[in-house]
Amino acid sequence: MATENEAQGPNASDYIKHHLVHFNSSGHKQEKLVDFHIINYDTVFYSASVGLIAVLLMAIAARKATSGVPGRFQSMVEMLFEMVADQAKSLIHSRESRKFVAPLGLTVFMWILFMNAMDFLPVDLLPRIWSDLVGPVFGIDPHHAYQRVVPTADLNGTLGMSIGVLLVTLYYNVKIKGLGGFAHELIAAPFGDKWFLAPFNFALTMIEFLAKTVSHGMRLFGNMFAGELIFMLIALLGAAWTGPNAGSIALWLAGVVAGSAWAIFHIMVILLQAFIFMMLTLVYVGQAHEGH
Amino acid sequence: MNLNATLVAQIVVFFVLAWFTMKFVWPPLEKALDERAKKIADGLAAADKAKTDLTLAEKRVGEELKKARESAADVRGGAEKQATSIVEEARAEAARIVAAARAAAEVEAAAVVQRAKEDLRGQVAELAVAGAERILRREIDAKAHADLLSNLKQELS
Repeated sequence: MATENEAQGPNASDYIKHHLVHFNSSGHKQEKLVDFHIINYDTVFYSASVGLIAVLLMAIAARKATSGVPGRFQSMVEMLFEMVADQAKSLIHSRESRKFVAPLGLTVFMWILFMNAMDFLPVDLLPRIWSDLVGPVFGIDPHHAYQRVVPTADLNGTLGMSIGVLLVTLYYNVKIKGLGGFAHELIAAPFGDKWFLAPFNFALTMIEFLAKTVSHGMRLFGNMFAGELIFMLIALLGAAWTGPNAGSIALWLAGVVAGSAWAIFHIMVILLQAFIFMMLTLVYVGQAHEGH
Repeated sequence: MNLNATLVAQIVVFFVLAWFTMKFVWPPLEKALDERAKKIADGLAAADKAKTDLTLAEKRVGEELKKARESAADVRGGAEKQATSIVEEARAEAARIVAAARAAAEVEAAAVVQRAKEDLRGQVAELAVAGAERILRREIDAKAHADLLSNLKQELS
């Protein structure tokens, strides 16, 4: 929701393009669709940092937690705890599994909430600090100093988490049903346990896992990417400043109004997306506990 | 939307954070909340018990009060009876004393009267003899008339 000027150039297209390039190990925009030689430093840094802040905040609350009268901070963390614990209890019936999956749900919710909340920083704030102040220290050309601060607006970030959830569901599938049981289920469901249906069963189960994982990650990514893009477009209204004339002032005011409106709406979006991601995590793990 | 090694890094971060929460966040919170729930449950149970105890105690107090009142009434009844009997006895005793005193007084008075009468009689006889002596000094011979005088004395008694 920034209305700062962009020194990069008056070209709106360039501004958006510049903002959509990650600070990665190649130093320029990734050309290939999939390239595992490249890593996005910014996504890893911001996701790990806010993740650490999130869990440390909760750890502080947990450390001070007493069974006596709770303070406000403790109450807030306890409310989150209860929310996740209740959902986990209703979706996962194994008490043993909940010992890991419920904390996982809480982590995912808080982590995604914090990563999404990076959207509320002015879109140019951290990128400009990077390109003008910090980047040059490391000898990075300001014109090619890229920085994207919302880890959930990077498909790698969200798919990474959804693949993590997939691994957890696979683990519990094997743990609950046994390796043989799980393998049998792969070829026996959903059409029926007939030898000639096995290939179709297997294909459909694979599609199911793939669809679950991709939609899980894509849903969050799409929402956050779109949100970030709209913040950039709103920022362009302010970037169109050409001097203290009527047109510039009108655009700037429009930027302020639109930026505020979108930011307020976005509060709901980031909460909702974090909650949905957490719920789906619990649902998928819960499904791993049930046979077809 | 390009995929690269960030994906792997994100998976690692995902599990590290989940492990951290499972290890250091969830258990203490769970413990605190469970303990609080237990504390509240215990408190409610204690309150219930206290209420029952209070009802029982009130009942017992009522019974004790009733008993005490009854025994007090008994004591009062007994005391009144005793007091009445004491008063009765005292009254009887007093009546007896009064009667005895009266009888003694009457006896004494009768004796005194008797004595006085006898004295009086003697004196009257003497006075009569003396008077008669004086009047009849010469004519009456005391020895000759002794029977007469003694008869007179007898008649006067």
